[in-house]
Amino acid sequence: MTDAALRAAGPAIPSFLKGAVEARLKARHAQERRFVLYGRMAIIIALAFLAVLLGRIGLQGYTTFVDYRVTVPVYIDPARVDRADIAGANFDMLVAQAVMKKLSIPDDDVGENVGKVMELMSNDLGFQLMAQVRANPSLIGRHVNVTGPMKADAALYFKGQIKRSTPPEGRKLDDAQLDWLDRMKASGAVVSGFNSGFFTRSDSTEPEQAGVLGAVVGSTMMLIVTALLAVPIGVMAAIYLEEFAPKNRWTDLVEVNINNLAAVPSIVYGLLGLAVFINWLGVPRSSPLVGGLVLALMALPTVIIATRSSLKAVPPSIREAALALGASKTQAVFHHVLPLALPGVMTGAILSMAHALGETAPLLMIGMISFVPGVPGGFTQAATVLPVQVFIWENASERAFHERTAGAIIVLLVFMILMNLAAIILRRRFERRW
Amino acid sequence: MPSDAAELHEDGPMHLAVDSKHAAAAVGSIKVSAKDVDVFYGEKQALYDVSLDIADKAVTALIGPSGCGKSTFLRCMNRMNDTIPGCKIIGRIELDGEDINDKALDPVLLRARVGMVFQKPNPFPKTIFENVAYGLRIHGLANKTEMADIVEASLKRAGLWSEVADRLHTGGSSLSGGQQQRLVIARAIAVSPEVILMDEPCSALDPIATARIEELIDELRTQYCIVIVTHSMAQAARVSQKTAFFHLGRLVEAGRTDEMFTNPRDTRTQDYITGRFG
Repeated sequence: MTDAALRAAGPAIPSFLKGAVEARLKARHAQERRFVLYGRMAIIIALAFLAVLLGRIGLQGYTTFVDYRVTVPVYIDPARVDRADIAGANFDMLVAQAVMKKLSIPDDDVGENVGKVMELMSNDLGFQLMAQVRANPSLIGRHVNVTGPMKADAALYFKGQIKRSTPPEGRKLDDAQLDWLDRMKASGAVVSGFNSGFFTRSDSTEPEQAGVLGAVVGSTMMLIVTALLAVPIGVMAAIYLEEFAPKNRWTDLVEVNINNLAAVPSIVYGLLGLAVFINWLGVPRSSPLVGGLVLALMALPTVIIATRSSLKAVPPSIREAALALGASKTQAVFHHVLPLALPGVMTGAILSMAHALGETAPLLMIGMISFVPGVPGGFTQAATVLPVQVFIWENASERAFHERTAGAIIVLLVFMILMNLAAIILRRRFERRW
Repeated sequence: MPSDAAELHEDGPMHLAVDSKHAAAAVGSIKVSAKDVDVFYGEKQALYDVSLDIADKAVTALIGPSGCGKSTFLRCMNRMNDTIPGCKIIGRIELDGEDINDKALDPVLLRARVGMVFQKPNPFPKTIFENVAYGLRIHGLANKTEMADIVEASLKRAGLWSEVADRLHTGGSSLSGGQQQRLVIARAIAVSPEVILMDEPCSALDPIATARIEELIDELRTQYCIVIVTHSMAQAARVSQKTAFFHLGRLVEAGRTDEMFTNPRDTRTQDYITGRFG
């Protein structure tokens, strides 16, 4: 008798399919429906959190992109502006007095009203006036129109963030100042518009003159340093480890360490940067160079891990095909494996750059938390970066800076969304099927 | 020393002067010769003491149940096992009397002489032309007209030219499975190898595509030394002149295909080819 015949002659297996299965089937389907429901709830909760976060930032920050500009005809009084010492004249006072004249606000002996009007006008108007007169002294004795921003508090009133209903002790502007603002607006001297200054100016002690240009340029320069270091070094290290390195105890140790480094808190990298790059190698502190170096250290493990996993995902049959044709290992890797892994490599690299862009803690350690009122002139000049700018403004006491904090966060998020978008587009473009 | 191998040695090296199935086609001299080959994957031994001579201008089929070591033996012949970490080969494998495991021999040169076709068609994600031209490029052929000539000749030889002549510059992966397998055969023969190793080349194909590949193998036989690993007894009987049966890492029996299928000497061979196990 054959094996098959023996097996067929064994005891019959009793069928259990009647009743029990049908009863169970209902519970099994119910279980699946429950699971789908939990999943949907999780998604809804996650989306709700995201909506709250973005909504809050958006609501708080959108007013940053609107500013109120005032145009004042100022009489350059020869009695007040000395041709020999133009810088010595008080142009802010001239502006304030021009406004008072226009609104027929009476002045008093101690100059209280002038002081109050000066609190409404940005000193940018005075600076502009001084620059114009200096460039063209013949303006002395004539009327000059200057246009510039309102002081931040005045703008906050126009934006509805300082309310008349608040008791006068609780707001920075008193009732008289609010009346003048209403009259200025009614006269048409004040117009609202897109706040282009937010993108063309750098940090300032005056909120209405503070912008993100310096921080955007600083972030860009720092990311250039990070990308130039972390991407080539990380990709090369990953190719060596994945394709060429012998698999032994040493390479295992290296692998474990790389995985651990990816989990090291970023502030530790800041300490390392402070000790090695600044104290030992003497790289200028708070420069894009040292920031980029520290962030490159931080991004390296991520780039290596992302590159290795996308190299691993290339089917071994492609490697074998090339090797069996007589390609050397290097040819197989650079002609076939790397091009196929490239979308994954680039996505990993861009995402780690986006991560580095938002990093704040290690930069605080290397002195990037300084007030930098200009655009950095080079990679070794002091600079500020977007997340640190957010941190600095958030800590500022003036209320108008808080609006700018949210505005800077929006700029940072847009920057990141653009980078992620680039990652997606590159992935789509370079993806090849095999 | 395992008894099977000892028995084989008494018969001396096995190769045929005349092929019974294709009486007119002469089987060439010994092309590849393995002597006492042991292969280890780390601690695990995959091949025990395999000695086998493989004739030129003939198809040799390696058969046996899964895990018997036939693919391992095949991959020893172009040193593809080098790419597996922890793989160790003891013994001597000669190609035209030259030891292929010699330290002085570059595996890159060896693989140019010993081509390989894999189980699953693995064209590069490039155009049909580039697939065939790649081997030529890496070996340094830069002349464009010469390259186009060789690509055309290889595709013709692989029986694919008429199907792809008008779309040479479209992706190789757009072809059907059988066409892809003929494309990789064209890619392998473009660099004019002497030996072609085929690792179950038809196992992913339907019967019609399989028949087409088998026809092609039979045509290529006149020019190359072909070694094919197959799970199909019928395929071994159809395409090969010589067969070697592996079992549990040992070479059990080798000889002329027609003799082995009609009159196997070993009971295990008989059980396997009649479908009792495997």
